[in-house]
Amino acid sequence: TSLAESPFLSVRDRPEQAVMLEMQDPKTGVKSQPQKLVITTIPHAITGEDVVTWLANRYTIEAEEAWALGTMLVAFGYIYPLQDHKRLVIKPDTSLYRFQTPYFWPAQQWPVEDTDYAIYLAKRNIRKKGVLEMHEQEQYNSLHKWMNHKWDFIVMQAKEQYRAGKERKKPDRTVFDCQERAYWIVHRPPPGTVSAMDYGLERMVDPNAEEVTGQSRVCVCVCVCVLVKFSITCNKHDPFLAPCLPSNPWVTDDVTYWLLNMANVDIPTKMRVERWTFSFGELLSDPRGRDDFRLFLKKEFSGENLAFWEACEDLKWGTAATMNEKAQQVYKTFLARGAPRWINIDGKTMEVTVKGLKHPHRYVLDAAQTHIFMLMKKDSYGRYLKSPVFKDTQKKAIGPDQHRFRSVKRRPSISPIIVRQQEKEERARMATSGPVDITQVMSKLSNKGKEVPPPKK
Amino acid sequence: MRFSINPEMATQEVQPNETLTNLKAESDTLKTKLEDERAKLHDVELHQVAEKVDGLGQFIMKTRRTLKGHGNKVLCMDWCKDKRRIVSSSQDGKVIVWDAFTTNKEHAVTMPCTWVMACAYAPSGCAVACGGLDNKCSVYPLSLDKNENLAAKKKSVAMHTNYLSACSFTNSDMQILTSSGDGTCALWDVESGQLLQSFHGHAADVLCLDLAPSETGNTFVSGGCDKKANVWDMRSGQCIQSFETHESDINSVRYYPSGDAFASGSDDATCRLYDLRADREVAIYSKESIIFGASSVDFSLSGRLLFGGYNDYTINVWDVLKGTRVSILFGHENRVSTLRLSPDGTAFCSGSWDHTLRIWA
Repeated sequence: TSLAESPFLSVRDRPEQAVMLEMQDPKTGVKSQPQKLVITTIPHAITGEDVVTWLANRYTIEAEEAWALGTMLVAFGYIYPLQDHKRLVIKPDTSLYRFQTPYFWPAQQWPVEDTDYAIYLAKRNIRKKGVLEMHEQEQYNSLHKWMNHKWDFIVMQAKEQYRAGKERKKPDRTVFDCQERAYWIVHRPPPGTVSAMDYGLERMVDPNAEEVTGQSRVCVCVCVCVLVKFSITCNKHDPFLAPCLPSNPWVTDDVTYWLLNMANVDIPTKMRVERWTFSFGELLSDPRGRDDFRLFLKKEFSGENLAFWEACEDLKWGTAATMNEKAQQVYKTFLARGAPRWINIDGKTMEVTVKGLKHPHRYVLDAAQTHIFMLMKKDSYGRYLKSPVFKDTQKKAIGPDQHRFRSVKRRPSISPIIVRQQEKEERARMATSGPVDITQVMSKLSNKGKEVPPPKK
Repeated sequence: MRFSINPEMATQEVQPNETLTNLKAESDTLKTKLEDERAKLHDVELHQVAEKVDGLGQFIMKTRRTLKGHGNKVLCMDWCKDKRRIVSSSQDGKVIVWDAFTTNKEHAVTMPCTWVMACAYAPSGCAVACGGLDNKCSVYPLSLDKNENLAAKKKSVAMHTNYLSACSFTNSDMQILTSSGDGTCALWDVESGQLLQSFHGHAADVLCLDLAPSETGNTFVSGGCDKKANVWDMRSGQCIQSFETHESDINSVRYYPSGDAFASGSDDATCRLYDLRADREVAIYSKESIIFGASSVDFSLSGRLLFGGYNDYTINVWDVLKGTRVSILFGHENRVSTLRLSPDGTAFCSGSWDHTLRIWA
């Protein structure tokens, strides 16, 4: 469905495509003619100088600018050179070029997958051994290594394509091979080749911009591997597949498992700590994990990042009535110049956020929140897992033995209504007595018997 | 795979006399061809990749608790975050909060309507939401005072123009997401009853919804009588993905625990798995012997198992990766109408038209 909604020729998103269409107009476009190349004749070849001249006339620009524009079209892969094919530039002379078929235009619809590249290289290998260039051979070896589990599939695809290729007429085959080769030079440039595909650092999508309706599809193979991997990783943690330690409360009527895994227990279980290592999301969504992470950030003096993230969550999911007020509070605390808990986000995001705060809505902090989340995920999280805070928690974690005895009585538990009341009271007490280490307070609530320390100055 | 497309199409250049229109036509043809090729080359099936995965052992899954107390068909249930309390609703208008562990009833509300098809437990554990033929979703704050009439503090939140089929709190007690027989879903502010966002796109009754796990963003999936499962962006109200492979009404949708996929259960007697990044169905769970609709589905914690409650009174347990059925559970004496895994995955609860709820582990 998404392919139908985002056509190849998406002129609005890719204005260069409009240029390409015009250039190929039979009456007003660039003149083309068949060219003899080695033993075959390539249809519709154009010269570099014709391209540059056409651009200069069409857009009333100087030759140099036309040359630059022409080079961009080659760098993006819309036009490809027939000679000196590894240099993606337009030469304003009789050098020969061709328009790339729309099928091979830089597509937004899907990322250029390594799988496709592996198939392409494998196919060339089948065609003629030793034909791969050095950098291609290196890539091939590297792909073979990390895609080993699906190499059968890749070879099968390569053979299929090779066979299909042999069924074509020779001139068609030559043309297609040229086009395909050109495509890969753009998307996997040989060393020293500049293609336009490099885009530098990851950019944040402006949340106020229009939604992109065209979905980038990922190869099914990759996706199902991800699903399988997740399931296998979590296998031991699934109470239906591996025993709960010490026992499943529903089976033995013994609630030790629940007591050991309460939200803010002082010492977590080994299994629980292991889950924090699966992903940053797992760590954050477990209150005990988040507390541990918070402690680590405090020692690094970057606690404001997590606090900001939590404030954003509070804004998103909170009552509509207090939203404005909350947004302003967040701004004062984290974003304003000289704010007490100033967070470090890039200029563009800050600009977008501040602008949005003039008319706040519940998602106004999305861009900033995503930025901070990614920062924590890509940087702090990794360091946390190597930190003394985490290692200490890991060392102290409990690994209860399995037992099968049944409890005599099914004990009732404290009502969530009472728990909430207690939390409220504790928070009120905290507010009046000054800053207290939060893990200490929470552990007290979970009845693990720690005394609340005297308030710090 | 892209490259085995018809080479004539790929090598075609702009011929003389071709215009923009012709090029557009060519691209349309290319699109169709591409879709055909994609459909033909399904790349690889989930169960193929899972061939190397260890098989599952024998299961001992039994009813550990039976909750009796409803006077009529149980239609819906939800778990409290404390992992042991549940709320359930029934055809006779009763909504009951239980401590499923002890089987004690803790609260009860009588709704002013019958067929309470939707109910949900608030994240704080201090309120429940429910609705049905009254076309509304109401929130009841729970109280420890046994004498207090919960209906007195009821808050009317959502208003639809047809029955309420499902409801869910978001990450707090302050917002509720609803789906309705009027073909829409909606996001509401609990305090004020304000409509925050509405979601239009289904062509018929929407029967179910599920929120994506919070780490994966602000989306949810809905299923309807139009056989479609739609994925929505909560911020913009846009439908960002749509899947239409079922042959009948979709009664239940549930996200895979990682958020990368979701499962659906349908009146066509199948359950299916859809991968969000691949943007397609990747597995079907069906058997010739299963000819009645699946009413409710949920995954085990690792996503390896899919539990399906069916209209033939049974619960089928599927190996999600291998696509095989690993167990069939008997016990209910009428349709299974609702099924959910407990928050820590230690058990799942099923509700049935036989008036009871069962906890399985």
